[in-house]
Amino acid sequence: MLADRSKKNGETQAPPVRVSSLSKSFGRQAVLKGINIEVGQGETLTILGRSGTGKSVLLKLMIGLAKPDSGSICVFGEEVTKMLPKRLDEVRKKIGFLFQQAALYDSLTVEENVAFPLRRHAKMADEQRQSRVRELLSSVGMYGDARKLPAEISGGMQKRVGLARALALDPDILFLDEPTAGLDPITAAEIDDLILRLHKERHMACVVVTHDIHAARAVSDRLALMRDGEILIEGTFEDLKKSSDPFVAQFLDGS
Amino acid sequence: MAMTVHLAFLGFVFAMASSAAASDVGGGRAAAENCVVNFFEWFGNLAVFFGRTLRAAISPPYEVREFVRQFDELGSKSLFLVALAGSATGVVITLSTRDSLIRFGAKSFLPAVVVFSILKESGPIITALVVSGRAAAGVGAELGAMRVTEQIDAMEASAVNPYRFLVATRVLACMVMLPLLTLVTDFFGILMGWVANTAAEPISLRLFIHDGFKNVMFSDFFPPTLKTIVFGMLIGVIACFQGMRASGGTEGVERAATTSVVLASLFIIVTDVLLVRLILVFFP
Repeated sequence: MLADRSKKNGETQAPPVRVSSLSKSFGRQAVLKGINIEVGQGETLTILGRSGTGKSVLLKLMIGLAKPDSGSICVFGEEVTKMLPKRLDEVRKKIGFLFQQAALYDSLTVEENVAFPLRRHAKMADEQRQSRVRELLSSVGMYGDARKLPAEISGGMQKRVGLARALALDPDILFLDEPTAGLDPITAAEIDDLILRLHKERHMACVVVTHDIHAARAVSDRLALMRDGEILIEGTFEDLKKSSDPFVAQFLDGS
Repeated sequence: MAMTVHLAFLGFVFAMASSAAASDVGGGRAAAENCVVNFFEWFGNLAVFFGRTLRAAISPPYEVREFVRQFDELGSKSLFLVALAGSATGVVITLSTRDSLIRFGAKSFLPAVVVFSILKESGPIITALVVSGRAAAGVGAELGAMRVTEQIDAMEASAVNPYRFLVATRVLACMVMLPLLTLVTDFFGILMGWVANTAAEPISLRLFIHDGFKNVMFSDFFPPTLKTIVFGMLIGVIACFQGMRASGGTEGVERAATTSVVLASLFIIVTDVLLVRLILVFFP
């Protein structure tokens, strides 16, 4: 599967994600003001910022769940904002999305949740599908809870299952919305390790949205810090550390 | 009839105004204008929603499995309720008309009165209102909860059309199930009508059925039963619409469930007036 991905990526020249001059308002409130970001193949970009600065909105725009007021979003060179629904669905199949609250289907069991995208889009026999679900659940350490409903497992476990579901179609790009929010430090570190391990194994482009600086440092190649709907600074953790901007220093030090 | 339409319309406007008032507490003219705008905006959004649902329902792939699941869920959860409502209706019609018919010396018409009133109006409308209370609240709350917990966004992000998977299947299940549940209501209504009559003055079931159905024609049974397909569509579309646009956490879910029931019931009553008139035109 990894070999297939390399071949596929070898043919693709455009970066997995490129966002240009993206703006979005809700009523009179401008949430995003001319955002520009690019994520390369196999790269992890973390978008940092205080709560309510539009980080999650940016992710939702990138997968076409909302329409921007202006600007461009290209996934593998294809403009998402002007896409017809059918083509957009094809693009979405290449993207895995972990939602902030995991967003597991509460009427389905853990294994049914992971099997859901496979059932819809992957042409495979029942045995093959079950084996793939087992593999995914094992990779996030949730195989023992396959028969449980989302309400019967903890928040951290829900995030793991959400991650397994996001990886079900073997995506080329992974969007993670606050993967460690609301979790205790130990579980958060476990999730960070899991993201790193999966990223290493699968070599995907990754966009992580968080306000957790420890998680960001652990999983990112590059970071982008947002303030008032704009990217204030972008670079490696060390680049951000060198910044003389008091907001950047305050954000990184957490005080 | 005109009175019913006016009352239902006023009730609908009141419901819309109440929901608008929740977000806009400013008084006076601005609030009234806002209410009118919300009223038309709601209808516009409903029309767009209906169009999307229709498109999703008629274009492949078809969600047969989910449709069967919803059909089973709706039927199994509403069967007992409509049987009970039908039984109560049969008893009430018998008890309330029996004395009047005796007074006019028309006691022998009692079986026909029970059968005609249940087949032509009581059965369909009682079934629709019971299912509206049961299913509209359930669907509104379920989809509302899915919306506020981002499950519907997750479905879209997985390249699954929620209009096809969640909405079309529920609307179709309501449309197919309503006529079948109406038959159940009719059956229990007529049966319990006979029981109530027999309790006062014994009469054989065979004679009751014979007298009751003696003059029943195709147009007395078929169109009123089939009109419940429209009621089913109203229940499904309104409940799904209210659920899919829910926002604001638990309160939003509660609002979606409540408005689903209120609006579905009002739409059923208003539409019934139009359908009865239409049936009289085509089956005089």
